[in-house]
Amino acid sequence: MTGSDFCVIDNCLMIRMPEEIDHHGASIISENADRYLMREDVNHVVFDFERTRFMDSSGIGIIMGRYRKISCFGGRVYAIHADKQIRRIFSVSGLNQVMEVLEV
Amino acid sequence: MRAEKNEMELKFDAISENEAFARIAVAAFVTHLNPTMEELADIKTAVSEAVTNSIIHGYENWQKDALPRGLSGEKSSEVPLIWIKCRLERNILHIIVEDKGMGIADIEKAMEPLYTTKPEMGRSGMGFSFMEAFMDDVEVESVVGEGTIVRMTKKIGLDSWIADGE
Repeated sequence: MTGSDFCVIDNCLMIRMPEEIDHHGASIISENADRYLMREDVNHVVFDFERTRFMDSSGIGIIMGRYRKISCFGGRVYAIHADKQIRRIFSVSGLNQVMEVLEV
Repeated sequence: MRAEKNEMELKFDAISENEAFARIAVAAFVTHLNPTMEELADIKTAVSEAVTNSIIHGYENWQKDALPRGLSGEKSSEVPLIWIKCRLERNILHIIVEDKGMGIADIEKAMEPLYTTKPEMGRSGMGFSFMEAFMDDVEVESVVGEGTIVRMTKKIGLDSWIADGE
């Protein structure tokens, strides 16, 4: 399984999500993301699902957790390259209400 | 000619590495029915949720106990097990995910969307909601101290839908 990658562009933390997102790999993604979110110059998080072929509710947990950490400082969360199945998961979870799914 | 009935059983260690194995095995079991990509993804998600629940909730105490014993150099207790049974009756898939873990005291509460006993672990509380959203039917049976059985059902295969309409 390929891991996730992180980079900061302007004031956004970009996270390239792995091929499969489940409970097994979720905590390491969250921990790494939080290390970047400690930085003062990072306000927003963009989750890139280009490589992702599977996601369960662990993915929702990752996004919700990061949202809680940054929303009190006016930060926002975005998703890009989400396929049909991932969009279904967003809509079932209600995450659409706090996260913008961008068409790229 | 399609067989009227087809069954399989899996028994595996309740460790997170096996979440992917379990969902892929169940998905592979139904491929001969020509399921749509969406149906396959639904089944994989539901199995992943049920197995994850067994590992992090059902066997929560085992994980807590096992670590210190392992660290102190003693032999840690045997890894607990998860059972999956699948049965295909024509185009209906029945999945049973069973553990012998701590059980669920209040099933109704556990199945509420967003309810989780583990927010600190980054759990969303959407596990049962996802099973219900992506499967046709979900039933949970649990006895505290004995374990939990999740029964899920889904009609699959576009071919079968068309055949049924004739």
